Amino acid sequence: MAELNLSAVDKTYPGNVNVLRNINLDIDTGELIVFVGPSGCGKSTLLRMIAGLERITGGTLKINGQVVNDVPPAQRGIAMVFQSYALYPHMTVRDNMSFALKIAKKARAEIDAAVSNAAKILQLEPFLDRLPKALSGGQRQRVAIGRAIVRDPQVYLFDEPLSNLDAALRVATRIEIAQLKEAMPDRTMIYVTHDQVEAMTLASRIVVLANRGIAQVGSPMALYETPRNEFVAQFIGSPAMNILKGKITGVGERTEVSLHHGGKAVSSVPTRDTDMGLEVNVGVRPEDLQPCDEDYLYTAKVDYTEALGEVTILYFSPQGDDPPVIAKLPGVHASLRRQQVSMSAAMDKVHLFHQGTSLLYRD
Amino acid sequence: MHPALQGLITIILGVGGCLGYFYLANQILDKVIFPPRLDDAGRNINRANMVRPWLFLFPAIFALGLYLAYPVFETLRLSLTDRLQDGAFVGLANYQQMFGEDKFWEAMRNNMLWLIVVPAVSTAFGLLVAQLTDRIAWGNIAKSLIFMPMAISFVGASVIFKLIYDARPVGREQIGVLNAVWLQFEGGVGSFLFLRLLPAIILLGFALVVAYTVWLVLRPILTGRRRSGWWLSALQTALSALGIYLAILAVINTVQVFRIEHVYGQPQTWLTLPFWNNFFLMVVLIWIQTGFAMVILSAALRGIPEETVEAAILDGANPFQVFFRIKVPQIMGTIVVVWTTITLTVLKVFDIVFAMTNGQWQTQVLANYMFDKLFRANDWGTGSAAAIIIMLLVTPILVWNIVNARREMR
Repeated sequence: MAELNLSAVDKTYPGNVNVLRNINLDIDTGELIVFVGPSGCGKSTLLRMIAGLERITGGTLKINGQVVNDVPPAQRGIAMVFQSYALYPHMTVRDNMSFALKIAKKARAEIDAAVSNAAKILQLEPFLDRLPKALSGGQRQRVAIGRAIVRDPQVYLFDEPLSNLDAALRVATRIEIAQLKEAMPDRTMIYVTHDQVEAMTLASRIVVLANRGIAQVGSPMALYETPRNEFVAQFIGSPAMNILKGKITGVGERTEVSLHHGGKAVSSVPTRDTDMGLEVNVGVRPEDLQPCDEDYLYTAKVDYTEALGEVTILYFSPQGDDPPVIAKLPGVHASLRRQQVSMSAAMDKVHLFHQGTSLLYRD
Repeated sequence: MHPALQGLITIILGVGGCLGYFYLANQILDKVIFPPRLDDAGRNINRANMVRPWLFLFPAIFALGLYLAYPVFETLRLSLTDRLQDGAFVGLANYQQMFGEDKFWEAMRNNMLWLIVVPAVSTAFGLLVAQLTDRIAWGNIAKSLIFMPMAISFVGASVIFKLIYDARPVGREQIGVLNAVWLQFEGGVGSFLFLRLLPAIILLGFALVVAYTVWLVLRPILTGRRRSGWWLSALQTALSALGIYLAILAVINTVQVFRIEHVYGQPQTWLTLPFWNNFFLMVVLIWIQTGFAMVILSAALRGIPEETVEAAILDGANPFQVFFRIKVPQIMGTIVVVWTTITLTVLKVFDIVFAMTNGQWQTQVLANYMFDKLFRANDWGTGSAAAIIIMLLVTPILVWNIVNARREMR
């Protein structure tokens, strides 16, 4: 049972360096919230503020309705898993996991039970008497998670826990964390990552942080399907969403946009008569583009292709200063390289953004 | 010729000689001995590269051999001969004579006292300063001030402290700081606080710390949960016995502190107070070595991953627990290296004793005893025997020090 409420939380470092401004967020019991954002957006800082490792310089943080701004970290009912594992190198796995309980002066039987339980969950039983240096990266990460489990906290905090693991291990550990969460439905988890695959697969809700604030909060699919602005649209999804400039030439139930590059986009977003001639940015995800013969949305020569087996990624020649348009087609299409290819998209996959504010167009 | 000119010529000749040696030796190796020509080109290059390190090491090895290795054997030889009998072989007679002298055993006892006190206090102070100055804005200034004595020679430091301990007859103005402070005490409340209560608290605290450490060391052995080999257990037991002895001594002295009669209003000649004058000498070395310990330990503390400290804070550890259970164990290797390095300096301590008391009033140490025998009594045999004893004491610690330092570097 743990709800977190952040209201108007600010972080300013000495010298008036403001890294987070006016963060408002309510987290319910049992959620797995993922903070994502580009490097330096303050996602780790926000997590460390919740942990109590950084001072909150403005606003309030409540855990279970109680303001904990000045409560020491150990009394907040949280446990944290660090990116670098942060295992105590001079202690065995068993001592690492039982340290917090020893500090709390728990009975030995209780400590032993908690440690062996965590070791069983994480399959660490054969390694309990080893030092961290005798473990592999994945095992170390599991010990770090075990150290959190042993304390049975209300809130688990993960600070990029998988970024030091190799690709195969990352997937395996990601699934382990997801299963761990399922086994503990009444525990709240907050997970920081820059990897959007982790965000999409793990999160019950994603918090996209950018520009010192929250860009959008929502379920992974909500963020994917209705991003609130161009930043979120381009940040979620890989490769990033294509943005093309254009002008509204037809309004009503469906909207027609003449693109400056010559193509024509039709969107299922309804528009009003007053929007006629409005300059908009059209957003289409690479995976939503399909080759077509006529009525194309975009046409250009394919500069480069990357065949990944199940999909082929097409990079079109850049036009002007805009970044190149990217399309993702199922199957192998290496032969399209250096060909003129026309693309279109289903109209419910065409997003419209206001130019200037870059907010998603809504009726 | 002007001495400065001579010095300059020496420098030019020395540096030029070195450069010339390295250049010419290299040329001869590459052009004459193993020229990379014809069929043998590749093999000759490899051979030349095998020889080259020795070529570069030769001057250093030669100098070390001449000035370090050879003297060891020569000293060993001298310690077995008698000068008065024209260098005749006398076996262990010199050692026998030395072991029969009270002054030797006094030096031995004092050296052991130095060995226990100076490395422990220097390392503890160094660690304390390193930790306390770690996070504060003026920490670097404090560190520079504490490091400064390292730049002073032992003799210079001795002169400074001789002034601190200086005593003038009653009625004359005291120039020694310690006597100036001492004369402020006249038996009142302040005297009780500073001369009885404070030392008693320090002694009791020491006894408690030692007893607790002994308990920590012995607990795994007593409860049968030891994981180490028997010889390590034996060493731990021996050290624990020493610790218990020290703790009991401290408790006895706590009682003494309250019973002793102080002579108020009398300037003290500190350096002539038997037993205690040893500590007044040790203060000089502690004052110097604390800076050394601080610099090394401060760097080691900085090297501790910050996350482990943060994890400990999240685990609920208070600052003392973070320091003693997270930080200190992680830099234990460095602490041992610092400790043993200071131990080596202490075993060889000479200048301080020579400059301050010259071994009088029961402050003799081995190195000064050796100097006495060699250059005052002109007794080469006994002097060399003393030198060999010092070397025997230093060698195991030196080996341990190097092993630890190498492990740290890995």
